Amino acid sequence: MSRRSEVLLWGAQRISAMVLAVCVIVHLMTMIYAVRSGLSGSEILGRTQGNIGWFAFYAVFIAAVSVHAPIGLRTILAETFNWRGRGADVFAAVVGLSLAMWGLRAVMAVFGGSPA
Amino acid sequence: METLQVRIWRGKENGGFQEFDVPRQESQTVLDVVTYVQRKCDPTLSYRFACRVGVCGSCAMTVNGVSRWTCRTHVSKVAEDNKVEIAPLRNLPVVKDLVTDMSEFFDKWARARGSFQGSTTRKDGFAQVSPESKERKRVDAGIECIGCGVCYSACDVVTWNKDYLGPAALNRAWTLVNDVRDTGRAERLAAVAGDAGCLACHTHLNCTERCPKGLSPTAGIAGLKRAVLAATLSGEI
Repeated sequence: MSRRSEVLLWGAQRISAMVLAVCVIVHLMTMIYAVRSGLSGSEILGRTQGNIGWFAFYAVFIAAVSVHAPIGLRTILAETFNWRGRGADVFAAVVGLSLAMWGLRAVMAVFGGSPA
Repeated sequence: METLQVRIWRGKENGGFQEFDVPRQESQTVLDVVTYVQRKCDPTLSYRFACRVGVCGSCAMTVNGVSRWTCRTHVSKVAEDNKVEIAPLRNLPVVKDLVTDMSEFFDKWARARGSFQGSTTRKDGFAQVSPESKERKRVDAGIECIGCGVCYSACDVVTWNKDYLGPAALNRAWTLVNDVRDTGRAERLAAVAGDAGCLACHTHLNCTERCPKGLSPTAGIAGLKRAVLAATLSGEI
C-alpha cells in the first residue's frame, strides 16, 4: 500500500474514533434511559420506526464502526500475527464491508417502516 | 559489610544470568556495581560506558526489568530485597554480556532523515531564531536526547515491528521538522510516514516514562503524525 494511502487510513481511523466517542455515549445514554424507563420492545420500535433522526444517527454510527474496526484489525494482524500485504488488506476490507452490511441491515430492521 | 546479590547477563541472546556478590556502598550506582564485578570478580565481563555522569548515553542497560542509564541510577533506588538483575538493552542484538549492537538504532536515525539540511554557506550570516517562537520551543523540548537507546529498549512497537523507526529517531526528526533553517522538511515527513514510521506509535508512553533526560518522544511523535497528515492532505508529500 502506498505511503499516501497509509496516512489517509490513519486519518480515517482517528476521525472515525472521534465520531465513535460521541456515538457510543449517546447510544449508552439511550439504552440506560430505555431500560430504566421500562420500555418494552414494541414501545421502543414504536419510537424508532420511521424516525429519520435516529436512523441517521445509527447509520453514522455503523459507518464509523465499519471504517474504524477494519483499520485497527489490519494493524493487529500486522503487529501480532505478522500478516502484512495485500491478503491482510483484502481480509480487513471484507470485515469492514461485512460490518457495514450487517449493521445497516439491523438499522433498517429497527428504523425502517412506519410506526405500528 | 552489607552485600548486594547481583545477577548479570552473560553471553549472547541464548546466554544466561551469572550471580555475583558485591559489597554495598553509599551512593553506589548500578554502573559502579558492574565495574566492581569486572575489576574484582571476572575481567571477561563486557559492558559499555564512557562519561559516567549522564552525558554520553553509553551505559544504558536493563536493570530489574527496566531500561535505565546505569551511571545515574542509584542501587538504593532499584534494589529489591538487596538484589539487582542487570541485562542488556531490549530490542537490540546482544554482542556479548551487557553490550548491544546499536547499529540498527542509529541506522534508523539516518532513515528518519535525522541530519540537518541547510541552504546557507559559511559566508552567510547567522540565522536569527527567537527563543520564544513556537518552533524553537518545540525543538527545545526534544533536543537534549543523548542517544542512550533507553526509549528504544522500552518501546513495545519496536518489539512488534522490527522496521519501526523508534522513539529516538522520530524525536530527532521532530526537532528538525521544527528547525526553521532546515530545508529537508518534505523528504523527512515522507521518510517518517507509513507502516514503520510515526503512525505506528500506539502512545503507550513507555519512552516518555523511561527517558532519563525527561523528554517526551511521544509528544514529538504526536506532532509528526499531525504534520504528516497535513502534508499528505495538502499534497506536500
